[in-house]
Amino acid sequence: MKFVDEFRDGAIARKLAKTIAETALPDRQYRLMEFCGGHTHAIFRFGVQDLMPENVGFIHGPGCPVCVLPKGRIDNAIALVQQHDVILCTYADLIRVPASAQMSLLKAKADGGDIRMVYSTQDALHIARAHPQRQVVFFAIGFETTTPPTAIAIRQARAEGLNNFSVFCNHVLTPPAMRTILQAEGGASAHIDGILGPSHVSTIIGSQAYAFCAETFHVPLVIAGFEPLDVMQSTLMLIRQLNAGTAIIENEYTRVVTRAGNRKAQQLMAEVFELRPTFEWRGLGMLAQSALKIRHEFADLDAECRFNMPAITTADVKGCLCPAILRGLNKPTDCKLFGTVCTPENPMGACMVSSEGACAAYWSYGRFRRETTKQEVAA
Amino acid sequence: MKRPYSVKLDINNGSVNMTHGSGGRAMAQLIDEIFVHHFDNELLRQYNDQASFTVPDGRMVISTDAHVIAPLFFPGGDIGSLSVHGTINDVCMSGALPLYLTAAFILEEGLPLAELERIVASMAAASRQAGVPVVTGDTKVVEKGKGDGVFITTTGIGMVPAGVNISGDQARPGDAIILSGSIGDHGMAVLSSRENLSFATTLQSDSAALHTLVASMLEVTPSIHCLRDPTRGGLATTLNELTLQSGVGMLLDEKAIPVKPEVMGACELLGLDPLYVANEGKLICICAATDADALLAAMRKHPLGRDAAIIGHVIADDHHLVQMQTAFGGRRIVDWLAGEQLPRIC
Ligand code: SF4
Repeated sequence: MKFVDEFRDGAIARKLAKTIAETALPDRQYRLMEFCGGHTHAIFRFGVQDLMPENVGFIHGPGCPVCVLPKGRIDNAIALVQQHDVILCTYADLIRVPASAQMSLLKAKADGGDIRMVYSTQDALHIARAHPQRQVVFFAIGFETTTPPTAIAIRQARAEGLNNFSVFCNHVLTPPAMRTILQAEGGASAHIDGILGPSHVSTIIGSQAYAFCAETFHVPLVIAGFEPLDVMQSTLMLIRQLNAGTAIIENEYTRVVTRAGNRKAQQLMAEVFELRPTFEWRGLGMLAQSALKIRHEFADLDAECRFNMPAITTADVKGCLCPAILRGLNKPTDCKLFGTVCTPENPMGACMVSSEGACAAYWSYGRFRRETTKQEVAA
Repeated sequence: MKRPYSVKLDINNGSVNMTHGSGGRAMAQLIDEIFVHHFDNELLRQYNDQASFTVPDGRMVISTDAHVIAPLFFPGGDIGSLSVHGTINDVCMSGALPLYLTAAFILEEGLPLAELERIVASMAAASRQAGVPVVTGDTKVVEKGKGDGVFITTTGIGMVPAGVNISGDQARPGDAIILSGSIGDHGMAVLSSRENLSFATTLQSDSAALHTLVASMLEVTPSIHCLRDPTRGGLATTLNELTLQSGVGMLLDEKAIPVKPEVMGACELLGLDPLYVANEGKLICICAATDADALLAAMRKHPLGRDAAIIGHVIADDHHLVQMQTAFGGRRIVDWLAGEQLPRIC
């Protein structure tokens, strides 16, 4: 536990907070987007926002793969279970996500669907080996971090001749999402001054994958670890860049991330996956070249081919402000549905789906925060 | 009394079948050779459909708890000991002295008799150690596939000593919140022993009967305001229940909450928050600030309260929020859990 504690030291945090407060210029705003759900989680769980001066604020980005998975894909997965009687292996995060018609994997399971929660692709392979008479589908989801293990599982299934195994691929890529958010803003935006970039994802694709943020949009980006001190250190680095008027890609997470990333993992991904021309992101819409598909050579292991799965598009809920929240234009509390119709128990939009979504995190950890702090000051 | 069967149950090789629930000889034999054999006590040996006893004057409490758990055996306990501890704890969180337990078993066809005996023996040992006998019970058998090995429901009764008035609605602003020891041990021990979770740990469930700890606390301070054991949903959920019931808020100090490093490590790995992980041998005590030190000292003298700590205090708050000063220096809300806590992937 030493390892983690080192990055959660309260004394260092206070020192850093002091430096940040001294460095941030009082006459300007710093609107920083933390891209990943992991960052959002750290900010709320450890109360990082409380350690920031008033003019340094965080905008919670789209970096939670569960949140951005469109409803239609869950509908697809439920259909696999209900119509094709497969054993569906899924990460636990997905189990509660609402699908169409008040359904979810949890309800499909209660209705008798054979849905199993796994912790790795290897668990799914194991289940396939144990049930040679049944079709076993792995519900693959995640950014670049979780993609190589899926690639390995596909190669392994091929090598073993595991004919009853296939993968329902929903892997998406972070750079296109980031580009979309910055583009919508029209370049160096009025709303996002700097970005705390993905850490785990960057171990795979490397920090240079985000060069366009600085080059095209003149927005500085710092690759930031998920520990609260990482978030604070990266925030300080962004503030320094913004003060100096520079926009470069910096790497705070040097203990793991390199510029080029993990070439071996990249090769593996290229061997098994190819780009989809376009893919739907919940809250962001259709994004070109933003997701991966299993290559033709492995089509027999692709559940979409094997079960002839249809593309299902579903409309986002009316009134949901996710697209604007993900771009930093609105706060969760600006949404009329926030906390009334839309709660973590009954999520309406992408940002409320997983605990790392902006609205859910705000609801669980941040709601009333300002208010109560004010109350205490008054008391 | 002569029993109407001559061949003993084959506990080593046999398994539960439908005749064991049919009301015939097989059932009588199962009850005799497994349940009565292990739980053995005077009331049970009367072979009546009910246990009868006289009770002292005063306020009686009753509580019931259904137990389903996978796996049935986990590091530090099993469904048998858990079903005894769980109900004793529910009874004694009123300040009551638990007197008797009842137990109902739903057995799944095919359950090896050896496993059943192991569970019943462990239950009997837990009840004997706690000094709270199982005095009556029931058994049913369901077809294979309609149960998960064994389900156990236990009911307990107890008597509240005069002058004790403990209830979840008694927390008042200014009160101290005391926790009896480290959190998350039970939940993480069970999770780590699920077959598809391969990380090896040394975690042990904290499953234990807390009534003697409660008795020693009441000895120093009969005017405890609230007592509750933070089981399912963990510390966070229990504190939220209490704030709502009492119409108050709470402010916790993260640094003061004991969490074992191995529990923290396993939680990190799975993306879980120990505040929401189940405990089976811990209690939360809310008392007047002036009583806190004496109570804490009494708790620390008891083996089940050795690591007790004051973890925060009750505040006035119309939103009934539980808030926490993080060790990191910020503040966060500790909310109710939405659904079940599930491991995260990224
Ligand atoms: S509160 Fe719900 S509906 Fe509103 S923006 Fe957030 S997720 Fe969408």
